[in-house]
Amino acid sequence: MLQRKIPLFIVFLMGFLMTVQFYIPHPVSQTLYKYVLDWMNGVASMAIVLAVGSLIMHHWRRLKKPEFALYSAVTLVSLFFMAILGFFFGIREGSLFQKMFENVQIPLQATMFSLLAFYMASAAYRAFRARNLEATLLLLSAFILMIGIIPLGYYIHPRISDFALWILNVPNLAAKRGIMIGVGLGMMATSLKIILGIERNWLGG
Amino acid sequence: MKIIRILSTLDRRIIFLLVGLGILIPLLKPLGIPENITPPVRDVYQFIDTLPPGSAILLSVDYDASVLPEVHPMFLSILRHAMLRKVKVIGIALNPAGVGLGVQAFDRISKEFGKKYGEDYVYLGFKPNMAATMLGLGEEIHKVFPTDYYGIPLDSLPMMKEIHSYRDIALVISFSGANIPALWVSYAYSRYGQKVAAGVTAVMAADYYPFLQTGQFIGMLGGMKGAAEYEDLVNRLLQKKGYRKPMPFAIKGMDSITVVHLLIILFIILGNLGYFLQKKEVK
Repeated sequence: MLQRKIPLFIVFLMGFLMTVQFYIPHPVSQTLYKYVLDWMNGVASMAIVLAVGSLIMHHWRRLKKPEFALYSAVTLVSLFFMAILGFFFGIREGSLFQKMFENVQIPLQATMFSLLAFYMASAAYRAFRARNLEATLLLLSAFILMIGIIPLGYYIHPRISDFALWILNVPNLAAKRGIMIGVGLGMMATSLKIILGIERNWLGG
Repeated sequence: MKIIRILSTLDRRIIFLLVGLGILIPLLKPLGIPENITPPVRDVYQFIDTLPPGSAILLSVDYDASVLPEVHPMFLSILRHAMLRKVKVIGIALNPAGVGLGVQAFDRISKEFGKKYGEDYVYLGFKPNMAATMLGLGEEIHKVFPTDYYGIPLDSLPMMKEIHSYRDIALVISFSGANIPALWVSYAYSRYGQKVAAGVTAVMAADYYPFLQTGQFIGMLGGMKGAAEYEDLVNRLLQKKGYRKPMPFAIKGMDSITVVHLLIILFIILGNLGYFLQKKEVK
């Protein structure tokens, strides 16, 4: 019982206090705010320890399953190898740690993401069809933006570039703002539900 | 008709090959299409260009290597511009996978301009919990980062003796391929009135236009295009001041993007021609 009630009480108390202190610029509320910031840093650092521990435990268990063993072994070896390099041989430019980052991690990550260009071109060719009015509007916007955003578009006619910016600044902005206001209201509602203990999924179980 | 039908049913390997060539050839033989400078990029450039020497800006490495081709040239150009204008630079990383990119960039650009660590620039490295870090920087930087990335106490770095919070920082620029620049607006701009700008991938740029319109961002560099525009502006300044022009990564990359955009437009036209042809035949 207390396992649920104590976290709920802490969330209610801190949620209430932090909301109130935002609107009251009194020295007491400022001191409380600074205290909470220090605590947040401490909690975040603990979360990193918890995350690394959880990662190690998860992959340690998977080592026993032949279908996942290789991937988990690579993850664990990489984790410990980079940690040892960093701790014992330094992290400055020119260190082995930094060289591993520049010559292994950067090419791997950049290559994975670069593959998107090929798949996007292929997908656009196969699926981008003017099937109905909405799809045609999307197609036309994409056309104008793709031409307007490249320097060539400006030199074909400066108005193309202006029109592309107009699409971003007016219809795109209106849609995005609507979405953002909706998300903001949703966040406020969810936060209130959590503070008041109505929403309890975060407790797990 | 037969040609259109063949062209509208191309094998994906041919598309991959054409895209590959479209990227590769302009990189090897640049087209040299001049950049037109858009207002959001010009605003960031002018802000940094008019800062008095000795002012400080904070560059936040909020990206990782997956978006390196688009975002890293922005970071390098802005760092070059700041160092050229004798503006002090503080680097932090809110993306743990991007910490090394910051090390690489600061090391490279500081050597170009003969800048001293601790006097002209500092690199504070990664801190977990973005919200707490952004809020904490508004109160006391030395408390959030007691030491820099290399373990040197912040109090012992000459440059950091006068820099304690956002009050001492003229501008924060967040480089990202995600939603981190929006968090800078929520926590640094809304709470502390800190001026914020962003360098983001083209995919994310559309999301940030509302922040530009409201003035919550003083400017923005969007995608390879934004990077190329800034690179062009900085290269012109370097040339004017008698420095050697660095390799124009983003400008060359923009040539590739121009060709690939034209290819994609062509593919879409071909695909649609085939679609309408097929529809007509069915009728």
